[in-house]
Order: sequence, then structure tokens, then C-alpha cells
Amino acid sequence: MELELGQARQTFITESQELLQEMESALLTLEADPACQDAINSLFRSAHTIKGSSGVLGIETVEKFTHHVENLLSKMREGEILACKENIDLLLQCRDHISTLTALAADGIEVLTPEIEASGAALAARLGQWLAAPVEKKEEKQAKPPESRHEGPSSATDAWHISIRFGQDVLRSGMDPVSFISYLSKMGEVVSITTLFDSMPQASDMDPESCYLGFEIDLRSDFDKAAIEGVFEFVREDAVIHILPPFSRVASYVELIQGLPEDMLLLGEILVKGGALTKAELEEALRRQQDAEGGQEKHRIGEMLVAGGSLHPEIVDAALDKQKKNQSIAGREASTVRIDAAKLDALVDLVGELVISGANIDQHSQRMSDAALQESASVMLRLVEEIRESTMKIRMVPIGETFSRFRRVVRDISRELGKDMDLVISGGDTELDKTVIEKIGDPLMHLVRNSADHGVEGPEERRAAGKDPKGTIRLNACHDAGSIIIEVSDDGKGLNKEKITAKAVAAGLIQPGQQLTDQEVFRLIFEPGFSTAEAVTKFSGRGVGMDVVKRNIEALRGTIDIDSAPGKGTTVRIRLPLTMAIIDGFMVGVGGSPYIIPLDMVMECVELPASEKSAADRRSYINLRGAVLPFVRLREFFAESGERTGHENIVIVQYGGTRIGLVVDELFGEVQTVIKSLGRVYREIKGISGATILGNGQVALILDVPRLMQAVEASLLAMSA
Amino acid sequence: MEMRTQISGNVAEVAVTGEMNIYNAIELKAALVTAIDGAEAVELDLSGVSEFDSSGAQLLLLARKECELAGKKLTLAGRSAPVDSVIGLFNLGELFGSARQGEA
Repeated sequence: MELELGQARQTFITESQELLQEMESALLTLEADPACQDAINSLFRSAHTIKGSSGVLGIETVEKFTHHVENLLSKMREGEILACKENIDLLLQCRDHISTLTALAADGIEVLTPEIEASGAALAARLGQWLAAPVEKKEEKQAKPPESRHEGPSSATDAWHISIRFGQDVLRSGMDPVSFISYLSKMGEVVSITTLFDSMPQASDMDPESCYLGFEIDLRSDFDKAAIEGVFEFVREDAVIHILPPFSRVASYVELIQGLPEDMLLLGEILVKGGALTKAELEEALRRQQDAEGGQEKHRIGEMLVAGGSLHPEIVDAALDKQKKNQSIAGREASTVRIDAAKLDALVDLVGELVISGANIDQHSQRMSDAALQESASVMLRLVEEIRESTMKIRMVPIGETFSRFRRVVRDISRELGKDMDLVISGGDTELDKTVIEKIGDPLMHLVRNSADHGVEGPEERRAAGKDPKGTIRLNACHDAGSIIIEVSDDGKGLNKEKITAKAVAAGLIQPGQQLTDQEVFRLIFEPGFSTAEAVTKFSGRGVGMDVVKRNIEALRGTIDIDSAPGKGTTVRIRLPLTMAIIDGFMVGVGGSPYIIPLDMVMECVELPASEKSAADRRSYINLRGAVLPFVRLREFFAESGERTGHENIVIVQYGGTRIGLVVDELFGEVQTVIKSLGRVYREIKGISGATILGNGQVALILDVPRLMQAVEASLLAMSA
Repeated sequence: MEMRTQISGNVAEVAVTGEMNIYNAIELKAALVTAIDGAEAVELDLSGVSEFDSSGAQLLLLARKECELAGKKLTLAGRSAPVDSVIGLFNLGELFGSARQGEA
């Protein structure tokens, strides 16, 4: 394990993020339904796993703190402490703290800053308060019942006695008793441990893949029974486990001895050695027991367990239930493979190269009139196409996980602002490119915050407006013709057109009295430095939101628009391309250099008519079937110096409701374009978003239509001014 | 995993190197049983074992049991850190205690 510690750590970080996510959604479920035992169980399991793996990896900060959390959760699981708003709130904060700690551990930082240390201590203290009250009760309960329920002397030891016989299949199912015992030894001080292998047959019958081991362990630990049982959770089905608490009555040890397959005297000696019983106690107890039940048959272990009160039948059922769940999780894990994202990127890159060289071969085969070669080339092209598609599919990830992150955001905001609202998620299984998912999180966060903060009104205001006092925010995703649409909508008060207009006039964005369509008004809020919120809250309203959102979406080659009705609510619709790496492009030539225009933005191509030509030289717009079409000569824009051809063509592109014409020399047609990003040096060049390599090895620049439009608009304004 | 058996006189010197775990338990058991069958005494050298799990511990216990039944002598001539830690954890030191002196 030491060899792969670095990797194990990485796996831990990834896993703990998933587990923390599970904890969060379990807590939110619990908040909605405090009696939900499933949620508590899932919480406990997550915390337990985080603690366990951080312990194994020696990440002490996480292990120590999660231990406190687990204590409270285990009490909640046993029903001693009931879930309520306060402790769920506390647990949410604890979850965040664990998340901070794991993030630090991911960076290899385990020496905490005083602030983090202090907040951790404060949380631990609050957890302690919750535990403090019932703990006393618990101790009484533990100490008293054995004596009151059954007459008889108690053992003098303060250690737990754990007796475990592993089932034969334990090793085969990939579990190793070593790890259970070593984990157990971390929970306290092992007073004594005896390994039993009496059930191991002679060499000829012994199957080295079966497990024949059993252990008798005395453990001094402050943990409770549930926690100790938790250690063996994964072998509960495959092993016979008895756990006797400290100071158990002597008779229960004797029962234990009788219930086990090994020789009674041997076991008795082990107990004596471990300090659970004194020799005299053992002899006395054995004699009495024989007198009393001399003729009776031995109980079966299971019956004894239940009869002895260490297991309630319903707990057995619950354990079975859990086992099933664990199995289904295991099944899911088996069918997925975790891959390093970098490997995937490398694969996508290679496939990109393959597409390029495929196109190259196709070009050559077209030139040679060899039918067989052309046929092979076209088969290969088709296969390359399929490979490209399936590679892209590997990168697809459902957006649901990103969506469910916002449940917490909405909850926190409703708490803070005293609002009541629900987040309704639909289309969570819609798949999107992984890179897009990573980058869409922040913009969506802004939008959800905006809706929760400014969109949905407080309960009084809603009631006054005759609406349900509980507001609703909807997140929806769906596919639509090669792109994906994500909607964030609320049933709040809607955008205030008058206020936006007034603000825009004040900021000098529009002229007073300028007539704007609704769409145009709404689009104003994407202007830098624009915020209509009267009160700047913790969550939004500092006017740095929407323009950043828009920029981020556009960086993903997406678009964003808004619909709003006063009193009814607002819907923000984001449209994103399915993938980032390969697009369908339209190739044009300007002065001998090839350029690529994203095909989905191309509306039509027309020849610049000779009649318009002379006029077009003076003004940069033409009359297209009665409508004004501004255009830009790419030759001039990019200062291309190659030879002019006789006629010019206009490619009409549309983006975000605006159309412009791009004047080019030649039209080449559709090509599959593998986007290669240009280096940082070229970032500031307007109108270019990347480059691609053509089949013949030439480099073609890809036009960034939105920024090209901005540049053109700016230059038009400059001209008219 | 590699297991080498060297017979010197009537003592089988068995040296295991590499992993000694569930993945090679079957081979190991077969080799170990053969070695025990063919000798009067067995000297087991586990100083080259890189990984050691419960199935390894079981084989060790099996070897001891077999030797005991046949009245042969089993010595643990060497043990690596992974072997040592499992023996310590399972408190099997007493059973293989003689090895310590042999090693020292």
C-alpha cells in the first residue's frame, strides 16, 4: 500500500468529495423529513467511510474531526438524539468543515491555520454539547440493565470483548481480516488478542482461499457498541460476531463460550488471559451453568444472539437491507471505470489528429482515380467518424450532480432571507461534455442566487400578491438539435422594465426616450456593472454578476437570453453546444488564406452583386431582400494581402439575434474542424477563437463570430460618431 | 511471487519472495505442502515477502500445524516487515517465537 499511497490519497480525495456530496443531500433530505432513517444511515455511512479512509491514509486532521461528527451521527442512528433543525444546521456546517479539511489535505497541508483550527474546535464543542446530555443517560443504561435484568456477578474488566469467526468466503470476496483487526486496533487499546484457527482442516482438505480464522479480542475503547459493530459492517453477513460490553455479567461470557464451535476450556482460558474473567469466576460459572442446563441442547448461535439481547430481530432485518444496498452500490462500481481526465483528453486529442489525417487521405484518394482506394478511404472515414462520436460520448457527464449542488444554495438563502422556496430539478440525466459541466457551475450558481435573492419574494409579499407563499425555482436541462438548453426559472416578481431602463439611462447605456423591445431591455442587465437590486445582500447584487455570467457562457460558445413577465417570474435560458473539441465548420478563403466559420452560425451565402459593389465600398451595409445587412470585409479586417478574385461572396452569420455579413473571396464548404487553441500570445486578437489543421497540413483560423460582431459594431459606432 | 526450495541434508529451506497473499495462495500452499512432505525439517525464509495478508498468515499456521502433526520442526528463518506486522497484529509471536532468535 505504501507504494501507492499518493494514488490512494488521490482516490480518497475524489471519493470523499462524492461522499460529502452524499452527506449534503442526505442532510437536506433529513431537513425535509427528520424521521428519514435512510438519510441518517447514509449520513453515518458517509462519515464513517471518510473517517476510516482518512485514518488509513494518516490524514489526521480529517480523521479527528470526522470522528466527532460520527459520534453524533451514531447517536442519531440509534434514535437517542432526534434530528432537528439545529443539529442538521450544525451538521451541515461540520460537513463544510470536513470539506475544507479534505481540500487542504489534497494540497498536502495538514498544519491548519489558527482560524480553521478555531472553527473546527468550535464545531467540535457544539457537537460535544449535543452529545453531553444523552451520554450520561447512556452510561446508566449500559451499566445498569445487565445487573437488573439478570442476576449474577459482573466481570471486572473495563474492556470490550469481541469474538469473531470469519466465514469461509471472506477472503474470496476480497476482504482481509487483517484490515478489520488493524482498524479495530485504532479504535482503542487492544488488551489481548488470540487468533484461532482450529477450524482449519488438514493440509489435504484445506483450501487456501477459504478463511478459517477467528479472533478473541479484548479492547479498551471509548467507542460505543454501534461503532465497534460498524468496524465489521462489511463482514456482518459472512462472519459470526459477538460483542460484549465492558462489565458484562459473567453468565454472558459463558453463553458466548457455549455458542462458539471451539473447545470450551480453551475459550475459557482465553477469556481469563484477556482479563475478562478470573479463573475462579470461570470455574464457578461453568459449574453452575452445567447444573442448570445439563440436559438441554445447545442453542444455535443465531438464536442465542437474539435471545441474548445483543441483536434484535429488526436489526437483523435492517442489516440485511443494508447489505443489499451495499451490493447494489458495489455492482454499480463494477460497471464504471474511473479514468484520469488527462488520459481522456489525450485520447480526444489523438482522435482529433485521426480526423485530420483521415481527411488528408480522403483528399489524396479523390485525386487518384483508384476506385478500390476510394472505397477503403470512405469506409475508414466512416469508422473514424464513429470513433469520434464514441470518444465524445465518453466525455459526456450527466448534469444532475451539478444541479443538486444548488439545493444547498437555495436552502441557505431561504434561511438567511426568511424566504420559503423549493428547488425543482428536472432533466438531471441530460448529458454534457465534462469541460462544459465544469465551467457551467459558476454561471449557474449566479443565476440561481439571483433567482433566490431577487426573483422570489418573501412570503408576505407573495401572499399579498395572491401567490403561494412558497416560491419555486426550477432548474431544467434538455437536448435540442445539437445543443443543450439549461433553464433557470423562478415564479417571483419578474424583471422591472422601468427600473432597468432608468438605470441604463443613468449609466449612459441608452439614450433617454430610446424605444427598446422587451428583449433588448432584459439584455441590458448583462452589461458590465449593472445591478437593479436595492439592497446588496451577501448573496448577490454587487453588480458583478450577469456580465460575468454572459462572458462565461460565451466562452463556452453558448448563448443566454431572458424571458420575464411582471409578477409571474423570470426564465433565463442558456444554450450550449454539445461538445467543445470538434465542430462542423464552414471553410472560406480570404486572400489565399483559409478561415473556418462555425457552421451552426452560418445562415446563407450570397454573391455580392455588382450593383451593390460600388455602393458597398462607401457604406458597410447592403440591401438584402429589403433588409439592412451590415457587413465586414474580412480581407480588410484581418489585413490579408493576397490577390483579389473577381467576385466577392457574403456569408451571412447570425448570433444572438443579430446578423451580419462577412465578405470573403472563396467558399469551400463544410469541413469537420478539430479545434486547437491558440497560445496565450494570441488571446487578445479579436475575431479569432482558435485554429485547426486542414487535411493538406495548412493551418486555418477559426472565426469567433460573437467577438467579430462586437468589433464591427464598435467600428460602426465610431464611424457614425 | 517466487518460491525456492533448497534441500540441504534433510532440511528443506524454503524462501518466498514477493507477494504472499490470496492471489497466489493456491500455488503457495501446494509448494509448501510438497516441501514439508519431502523433508524432516523445514526452514521458512520470509524475509523477501513484500505483501502479506490473512491467507498468508493462514498458510503459515497450516505449515506449523502440519509440521506439528508429523513431528517435524518448523523454523521461521526470516521475516520481512509486512510479515512481522501481521504476526504482531494477530499475536502469533508465541507460535513462531523461535524465529526471532534464529534471525538475530
